[in-house]
Amino acid sequence: MTERLRVENLYKIFAPSPTRAMTLLATGADKARVLAETDAVVGLNNVSLSVPSGAIYMVMGLSGSGKSTLARCINRLNEPTAGKILLDDIDIVPLREDALRELRRTRISMVFQHFALLPNKSVIENAEFGLKLRGVSAAQRRRRAEEVLAIVGLAKWAYHRPHELSGGMRQRVGLARALATDADVLIMDEAFSALDPLIRTEMQDELLRLQHTLKKTILFITHDFQEALKLGTRIAIMSEGELVREGTPQSIVLEPGSDYVAAFTREVDRSRLFDARSVMRTGSTVSGDGSARIVGDAEHPEAMSFAVDASNRIVGCLDAAALQQVKAGKPVDALLTRDFVAVSGTTKLVDVAGLYQSGKAMAVIDEDGCFLGMLEPEHILGRIASAARSPAPVSMGGQNA
Amino acid sequence: MLDADDLAIFPVDQWIADAVQWVALHLRPLFIAIKWPVENLLSFNDYILHEIPFPIFVVLVFLTAYRLASIGIAVFSAISLVVIAAIGVWTEAMTTLSLITTAIVFCTAIGVPTGIWCARNDKVWSVVRPVLDIMQTTPTFVYLVPVVMLFGVGTVPGEVAVVTAAAPPLIRFTNLGIRMVEQEMVEAGLAFGADKHQLLWEIQLPLAIPTILGGLNQTVLTAMVMSVVVAMIGAEGLGLVVLQGLGRLDVGRAAVGGIAIVLLAMMLDRITQQLAQPTGRKRRSVLHYLFNLFKGERSHEAIATTAANHTH
Repeated sequence: MTERLRVENLYKIFAPSPTRAMTLLATGADKARVLAETDAVVGLNNVSLSVPSGAIYMVMGLSGSGKSTLARCINRLNEPTAGKILLDDIDIVPLREDALRELRRTRISMVFQHFALLPNKSVIENAEFGLKLRGVSAAQRRRRAEEVLAIVGLAKWAYHRPHELSGGMRQRVGLARALATDADVLIMDEAFSALDPLIRTEMQDELLRLQHTLKKTILFITHDFQEALKLGTRIAIMSEGELVREGTPQSIVLEPGSDYVAAFTREVDRSRLFDARSVMRTGSTVSGDGSARIVGDAEHPEAMSFAVDASNRIVGCLDAAALQQVKAGKPVDALLTRDFVAVSGTTKLVDVAGLYQSGKAMAVIDEDGCFLGMLEPEHILGRIASAARSPAPVSMGGQNA
Repeated sequence: MLDADDLAIFPVDQWIADAVQWVALHLRPLFIAIKWPVENLLSFNDYILHEIPFPIFVVLVFLTAYRLASIGIAVFSAISLVVIAAIGVWTEAMTTLSLITTAIVFCTAIGVPTGIWCARNDKVWSVVRPVLDIMQTTPTFVYLVPVVMLFGVGTVPGEVAVVTAAAPPLIRFTNLGIRMVEQEMVEAGLAFGADKHQLLWEIQLPLAIPTILGGLNQTVLTAMVMSVVVAMIGAEGLGLVVLQGLGRLDVGRAAVGGIAIVLLAMMLDRITQQLAQPTGRKRRSVLHYLFNLFKGERSHEAIATTAANHTH
């Protein structure tokens, strides 16, 4: 993925004259010290990040962490004190008023926490708001608004007023309004935080579904780590105006890097976050003959091994005793059983657990049906254990029964 | 012992008299310029209100009150007008009404833009605010002194006093209404690239309208009060009826004037108060139709309303 948005050494100081606060920060002072010594509030302290095109980039943090400040610097609702914000390699920080307006009308749009819909206008008029500001003709913008309302599933409500709609529907209008301008960067500032949990889940699924076809670059601000994990291509975690951890959801859960981040990951349902591919063992060729190659785990000879053909498709599996016989020279074909379950590499562990059958080996395959690796229950258990550590071998009675 | 009267060494009254005289002499063209539009609009309104036949006027008020407020207020308004006619002060009431309607036009023309300016510029507001404070705490008849000096006596100078006294609430409420618009709304406008003009017309003014109409209600009531007080400087209307009644010790005549004033005031208050009430569906569409008309844009409201009704 190419880079759409890059933030370089961004600072935001809330103070009439930020010079002193900036000098203090340069000497390594933290937010609390700057506040105590200069009365200036540090919103952002040297934040750098890179948002790939087409990603849902989650900025996560508690209140006061600077996450909203960061989002609002991107479209300059907050003026950055220092630093660069590069949209397609063009710095938008020095843009003058008219260029900034053009940028907001065409490139960056925004979805608000409390929807910010105009109560005196109908749903469709709200949806076409951005186009109206841009000066698009009435007929044209009405057509576009109808399109986006259909996308978010609100075509029937076009001529109602926002107050007649439920919270979730109102935020769909907010989303429609943001989509109508065809901006390729979308800032969603706590967009789902004001919704009740069921509607929030529904909206998250909806956003993922829409993103599948729209492929916008989304900067999503949230205080909900679960939401960040669910939606995020990448997650940036902020604290005290600083970026403390950045990475894919899986890498953050596996290696929080600090106690602050670890506190968020503790409650995470790892079985829904990790897929089969991330915990499987690839194994190595342990034996074989002319017709099949046998892949097994050399370190765990008691485990099941799989026989794959020349095109890497599974032809069958062997238990430890059978493997010994193959090694002793018996033909593979005669010893193979079909006693295994194959799961796709992208299957989440929670679903893998459901597919597990006692006494059957588990193989992981890709979308073409080719063998990727093998899976033992202990791999799964090790990964979904709440403390973040690599799967350790567990000896448990009957695990291979 | 020091007598307080001995301290009266500053002839302030003389100074002020001299100053006003100087202003009246040298800035005469300015006051004539101010008087001109007031005089013309006032005589136009006065002419219209007196020319409309009584039954038609009652029907018009009934319909307006029904459309803007409710059926109850419409019935009350119609009855009030009939009573005013029945007690024999219809002509005077129409003169007073012309004073008030003219004041509404001028107060809106002055008050709303001033209020907007105050809302957008803290420095302006910090200057205007104390002026409004003084104007609103000053007893209304105090306005009569400079008005008589600068504009003379009669109905037109009276109207100038009415406008001066009635404009402050509208300025205050317009300023308040715009400042009270939620920050997130303003940011939504900015985030989608609104310029200052669009921000005002698309976001701030529409959302401030209920508050501004609340201010209009206050302005109408102040104008009502002032239109009575200006009888003291020779303005015609219901105030003059009361003043004459008092002068001749004609209690009946004074009471008739008083009753008509109360009825007219209640009628105007009820109708304009309903304007400021939040969200009546019917009221809303009328208002926004007017608003869009003012913006010089074709309203989609009608289409929207019909479509919404179809789906119900």
